[in-house]
Amino acid sequence: METIDALLRDVPVFHGLGPAELELIAGCGSNVHFYQGSVLFREGDPADTFYVVRHGSVALETYVPARGPAMIETLEAGEVAGWSWLFPPYRWHFDARALTPVRATAFDGACLRGKCEEDPKLGYELMTRFAGVLIERLQWTRLRLLDLYGRDSA
Amino acid sequence: MTAETRVIEPAALEALIAGLRSRGYRVLGPTLQDGAIVYDELESAEELPAGWTDVQEPGGYRVRRRDDDAHFGYAVGPHSWKKYLLPSRLRLWQARLNGNGLEVEEEPLDETPLAFLGVRSCELHAIGIQDRVFVGGTVQDRDYAARREGVFLVAVNCIEPGGTCFCASMGTGPKAEGGYDLALTELLDGEHRFLAEAGSERGAELLAELPGREATGADSQEAGAAVEDAAARMGRQLDATDLHGLLARNLEHPRWDEVAERCLTCGNCTMACPTCFCTTVEEATDLTGQTAERHRVWDSCYSVEYSHIHGGAIRPSNRSRYRQWLTHKFGTWHDQFGTSGCVGCGRCITWCPVGIDVTEELTAIRATDGEANHGDN
Amino acid sequence: MAVTAPEALLAPMAPRPFVVTRRERETADTWTLELEPSNGEPLPVEPGQFTMLYAFGIGEVPISVSGDPEGPLVHTVRAVGAVTEAICAAEPGALLGVRGPLGNAWPLGEGGDAIVVAGGIGLAPLRGVVYELLRRRADFGEAVLLYGSRTPEELLFAGELERWRETLQVDVTVDAAAPGWEGKVGFVAKLVGSARFDPAAATAFVCGPEIMMKTSAEALIGRGVPPERIFVSMERNMQCGVGLCGHCQLGPTLICRDGPVYRWDELEPLLEVREL
Repeated sequence: METIDALLRDVPVFHGLGPAELELIAGCGSNVHFYQGSVLFREGDPADTFYVVRHGSVALETYVPARGPAMIETLEAGEVAGWSWLFPPYRWHFDARALTPVRATAFDGACLRGKCEEDPKLGYELMTRFAGVLIERLQWTRLRLLDLYGRDSA
Repeated sequence: MTAETRVIEPAALEALIAGLRSRGYRVLGPTLQDGAIVYDELESAEELPAGWTDVQEPGGYRVRRRDDDAHFGYAVGPHSWKKYLLPSRLRLWQARLNGNGLEVEEEPLDETPLAFLGVRSCELHAIGIQDRVFVGGTVQDRDYAARREGVFLVAVNCIEPGGTCFCASMGTGPKAEGGYDLALTELLDGEHRFLAEAGSERGAELLAELPGREATGADSQEAGAAVEDAAARMGRQLDATDLHGLLARNLEHPRWDEVAERCLTCGNCTMACPTCFCTTVEEATDLTGQTAERHRVWDSCYSVEYSHIHGGAIRPSNRSRYRQWLTHKFGTWHDQFGTSGCVGCGRCITWCPVGIDVTEELTAIRATDGEANHGDN
Repeated sequence: MAVTAPEALLAPMAPRPFVVTRRERETADTWTLELEPSNGEPLPVEPGQFTMLYAFGIGEVPISVSGDPEGPLVHTVRAVGAVTEAICAAEPGALLGVRGPLGNAWPLGEGGDAIVVAGGIGLAPLRGVVYELLRRRADFGEAVLLYGSRTPEELLFAGELERWRETLQVDVTVDAAAPGWEGKVGFVAKLVGSARFDPAAATAFVCGPEIMMKTSAEALIGRGVPPERIFVSMERNMQCGVGLCGHCQLGPTLICRDGPVYRWDELEPLLEVREL
């Protein structure tokens, strides 16, 4: 069974980090498993743990009054679920639910935040990578906002 | 001199027209109407605009009396021969939807023999260009082919270039180089006469019937000099070197923004241009909804509807539409049909209500070749 | 252009009568019609090509074929205007006019990995490619279908999609979920990243809105697929469909004659010029 830092080398958000950093990050991580339908985190809860999906699909959802649960986006293998652990007030903005059985690596966000405080260079490296994830996520979302398949679109 | 080159008098033009009509041709040629020299059916040489000339400039056209009796002493007017080869409105078919099904009855082809009298060299080239579009590709336009088949062409070599002419720059004149049945050069020095050259067997046949005499060396020399002189007096000049490449690499040139501020996208240029060929189709039905027709009508890339797909127009701005027309005419026409689309007749310059001059626009782009502005202002 | 049109048939402006033999509703505004010639010859069409469909007295529109090349003429049409509304309302027994086949075909080729990326109604012009892949599955390595629509209700050919999963690698996503949707939510081009195929051996066929084709092509190139092996289908105003009216010009090309299927590396410089 591979060690966590070996697994992390394949995760896009941690690409390019050196073995020392990977080991540091791995120290905050553990392997977890979710049954189909179970909740990874809830809107409003303290955002202390985030996940890198290894296998399966995770749905980000919110509850819209009168409409019910609305799926925002789904995340697949290799993607990061959750970044509110990086920014105050460190609370989740959405629910995350396992659409299928999910294997993931869970990271102690508070622990990682502490390590970034101690080692600003690590902090910078992680910030740029998470910013990259956010930008990519934003671009995909913007494309959906354009409603290209709408009746009056070309 | 060969038997196919003779000198005829102006009076012989009557016999020329009569000869064509007796052979069954519908003779079409220049005549003065409503203050312009246009193309219409001719029954007699008296209908030719003898003694008239035109004064052309960007956005301006006037006819004026000459102090001689020249029969072809003008350049080209608002009409071009596409009026007859590509009618502005054409019914394609009628259809009925009833118990028997959907029956489509195609319009019979018009095979009336036509004779064009007074075709300038630029116009011969223009006809050749439209020939390539309509009968030179994999799919042919049967209506055009039927009208074009057997057209008797009486060319006229220009001796009076117009104020907006630039055929010499485009390599399309003023001398007619071929593709005609008869070519006339009007000679005004001393005796008013025409040098008439046959370009085909039927041209030679007709020429032989006309009253006249053999041409002398002096006649031919005078004709040659008159045409050469015309070539040197063109109203406009254009450096036509690799316009295809120039336009392909200047699609974001600031000049497009500049001309867009003047262009009304009225489409006059496309209507007057002898090579513009874009058409659209219109559907019509009667009140019972049981009979339908489809018509083909002239269209212009200047209209917003031209590029409309569900969702909107691909070219909503003036800038993009002017660019489309100019880059097609001088650039991508080469890619599509293997030649330039412009013959230097100057009609687009004359008939533009705001006087946009294509030679000026192209020269301006060439002067700052490579500058780019993405139309953001 | 790299892809040349099949030997063009002389296509006059007169439509041939075809009778609707089947009419199936796909989504709220999209129908699939099966058509048979009223008399004589069936139309030899290849996926990627289109016909000009005529609704009597109303007008004509260019519509890609969406059927099996070995079957009858099939068109999947979205009702977005007067003509398409009339076409979509045509019941079995009704007569429509057809001119075609026009344009060029998807160059599926003989092997390698085949990636089909479809957005919205873009799956319709590609369905023939899917049928061909199913028929000749053994000739190809990976055969992938990535499909995205706006919402689950707007997924085309939903029943067939499930059957295709048995033979092809199928991944479906929507831009916006609906209650009860348990599948992926996200822009279709994103699916390229997780599809299983060998970029060096892949040819991609992409159809949908222009921006969707662009981002999909970029995602494919990002995975290493050479741009000259990515094919897309373009759309512009069309009147005659046979290269004689000038309307469908895209730079030096005519979509009815040099397309609608274009090679990405040849098309991309044209798309970079706004309002070309």
